[in-house]
Amino acid sequence: MTSPRGSLRPRPPTLLDRRRRRVDELAEASGRSLTADAFQRLRRNPVAIVGAVIVGLFVLVSILAPWIAPHDAATAFPELQRTLRPDSIPGAQPGFPLGSDQNGRDFFSRMILASRQTLLVGVFATLIGLVFGVLIGALAGAFGGWVDTVLMRVTDVLLSIPSLLLAISIAALTAKPSQTTVIIAVALVSVPVFARLLRGAMLAQRESDHVLAATSLGVKRRAIVLRHMLPNAMGPVIVQATLTLATSILDAAALSFLGLGDGDPARAEWGLMLANAQAYLDVRPALAFWPAIAIILVALGFTLLGEALREALDPKGRR
Amino acid sequence: MLRFIVRRLIQVVPTLLLLSLLLFAWLRSLPGGPAAALLGDKATPEKIAQLNTVLGLDQPVPVQYVRFLGRAVTGDFGNSLITGEPVTTEIARALPATIELSIAALLLAVLLGIPLGYVAARYRGRPLDTTTVIATLVGVAVPVFFLGYLLKQFFAVDLGWFPPSGRQAVGIDATHVTGFAVLDGLLTREFDASWDALVHLVLPAIALATIPLAVIVRITRASVLDVMGSDFVRTANSKGLAPRIVRERHVLRNALLPVSTTIGLQTGLLLAGAVLTEKVFVWGGLGTLLAQAIERRDYPRLQAVVLLGALVYVIVNLLVDLSYAIIDPRVRVR
Repeated sequence: MTSPRGSLRPRPPTLLDRRRRRVDELAEASGRSLTADAFQRLRRNPVAIVGAVIVGLFVLVSILAPWIAPHDAATAFPELQRTLRPDSIPGAQPGFPLGSDQNGRDFFSRMILASRQTLLVGVFATLIGLVFGVLIGALAGAFGGWVDTVLMRVTDVLLSIPSLLLAISIAALTAKPSQTTVIIAVALVSVPVFARLLRGAMLAQRESDHVLAATSLGVKRRAIVLRHMLPNAMGPVIVQATLTLATSILDAAALSFLGLGDGDPARAEWGLMLANAQAYLDVRPALAFWPAIAIILVALGFTLLGEALREALDPKGRR
Repeated sequence: MLRFIVRRLIQVVPTLLLLSLLLFAWLRSLPGGPAAALLGDKATPEKIAQLNTVLGLDQPVPVQYVRFLGRAVTGDFGNSLITGEPVTTEIARALPATIELSIAALLLAVLLGIPLGYVAARYRGRPLDTTTVIATLVGVAVPVFFLGYLLKQFFAVDLGWFPPSGRQAVGIDATHVTGFAVLDGLLTREFDASWDALVHLVLPAIALATIPLAVIVRITRASVLDVMGSDFVRTANSKGLAPRIVRERHVLRNALLPVSTTIGLQTGLLLAGAVLTEKVFVWGGLGTLLAQAIERRDYPRLQAVVLLGALVYVIVNLLVDLSYAIIDPRVRVR
C-alpha cells in the first residue's frame, strides 16, 4: 500500500524515510510481521498455553511470595524444634501446613519464598549469558573477518567442554561458593551457545535479499546491523533463552548438590533445598519431594514454552 | 579420508591448548590464588606463602604455565592434593568404572530410544505418541541426582531388588584383570562376579541414561516424521513398494543420520552426568574423583579431569563427523 510517492504529505518524507519504508516492505513481504504471525500461532497451541500457565503461576507466586508465606524463611520455631530429632522431623500441624524442615523452620513458607530465589537464579543466569552471548555473536556476525575468527575460536573452546563440567570448574574455583558464584557459573556456560546461535543467524541475514537491498540503497552499515540484521536474527536466540531458563535452574540445583551452592543455611532456593534434603531422605522424603516437584514443573513450563516458541517462529510452519 | 582425520586431529590441539590456558588463567586470577581458595577460612598470609612455594605458585605465571604444559605433555598433571598420588594414576584406576557405567547407560538409551522414537512417530498424534513426548519432556526436567535418589530409595532400599551403591558386593572375591567388573568375571569364568557387577550397574545406568534417552527419542521421532513427509518416500509408496520395505529401507535408514549425531553428542556429555550419578551411587569412577576434588578444592585433579572430559568430548565429536561421512554419501570429506 505504502508507495515511495508519498509527496502529498504536509512534510515530504526525506529520502532516508522512503528508503527505510521500502526496505521494511521488502523485509516483510507477507504483509504481516513474523512476530504477529508467531503470536497468533502461539495462542492456538495447547503446548504453549500449558507452558505459559505454569510459568505465569510461578512468576505470580514469586511476586506475591511475601504475602502468601505465613512466616519468613530464616526463623526457627520452638514448637517445631521441640519435636525435632535427627531421626524424626515433625510433619504438618496447625499453622505449619507442610510441617518443619530439618532446622525447625516452616517448610511451607520456605517453599513459597524459594520461588523468588529460584526465579532470580534462572533469570539472572539467563540474562547475563544472553547479554554477553548476544554481544559476542553480534560482533562476530556483523564484522566477520578476523574478529569473527578470534571470537568463534574462543567460543568453540568453551563449547567443547560439557556444560556441567564447565560450570563446575568455574564454580569450584571460588574460595567461598555463594548464590552469585552459582549464577555466574551457570551464566557463563550459556554465553558460547547464545554467541554461536546469533552469529549463525546474523551470517544468514547478511546473505539475505533484504540486507542486500538495504545495502544497495545506501543504508548505513550501523543501521543495517542494528535495524535489519539483529532483530531478524533474534528468533532462535529468544527460543534458546526460554530453554536456558529451565536448564539454568537445573544446573544450579546440580551445583548445589555437589556442594558448590550457597553456603547460607537460611537461604531458601528450590535447588539448594533439594540438595540439602538428600541427607534427610530416609527421615522425611517430603523435604526433597516438594522442591523437586517445583523444579520439575518450572523446568517443564519453560521447556514447553520454548518448544512452542520454536515451532511458532519457524518460517516453515507459516501459512 | 586419512587427511581429513589428521586435519581434524590437528585442530583439536589448539582447542585443548586454549582450554588449558583458560583454566590456568582463571585459576591464577583468583584473589589470593588457589592457595587462598584451598585454605578457605584458615588462610593466613604465611600459610598462603608456604603453600605457594610448595605448589610452585611463587614463580612468574608464564613460567608456571610452560612448566605445567611441559609436564602435561608427558602425562604428568601433578599429584592430587588429597591422596598425594599422581593424578594420572588415580584417573587410570577410576576410568574403567566410568566407561563401564557410560557404556551401560548408552546401550540403554540407544536400544530403547530409537525404537521408542520410531514407534511414536509412526503413531503420531495417538495416545502412545503423546505419552512418549510428555515423558521425554519430563525426563529432561528431572534433576539427575534426584532421579538417582528416587531409584535408589524405591528399588534398592524399599523393594531390595538391586544393591543401593558400589560396583560389587563386599563378599565377592573377584579377580581384576581389566578393571571392567562385568568383563573381568567373564574372562576369569567367575560368572557370579559378572552377574553381581551387572546387578550393581542397573540403577546407576538408568539414572545416567534418562537424559540421553529422552533426547534420542525426541530426535528420532522428529527425524522419522521429517523423512516420512519427504518426496522420495511418497514416490516409494506410490510405486507400490510394500509398506514394510519403505519403512525399513527408506524411512529408518535416512532418519538415523541425525540420530547418530545426537548419540555422539550425548556420549560426550555422559561424563558430566556421571559426576552426579556416581556421587549418588558411590560408584568410584571419574565422577567420584571429580566430586571429591570439588569438595576438597583439589586443583591438579580437577584440572586433569576437566581436560580429560573435554578431550573425550572433542574426540567423540570427531568420530561422529567421521561416521557421518561414512554413512551418508552426500557428505563429502574434504
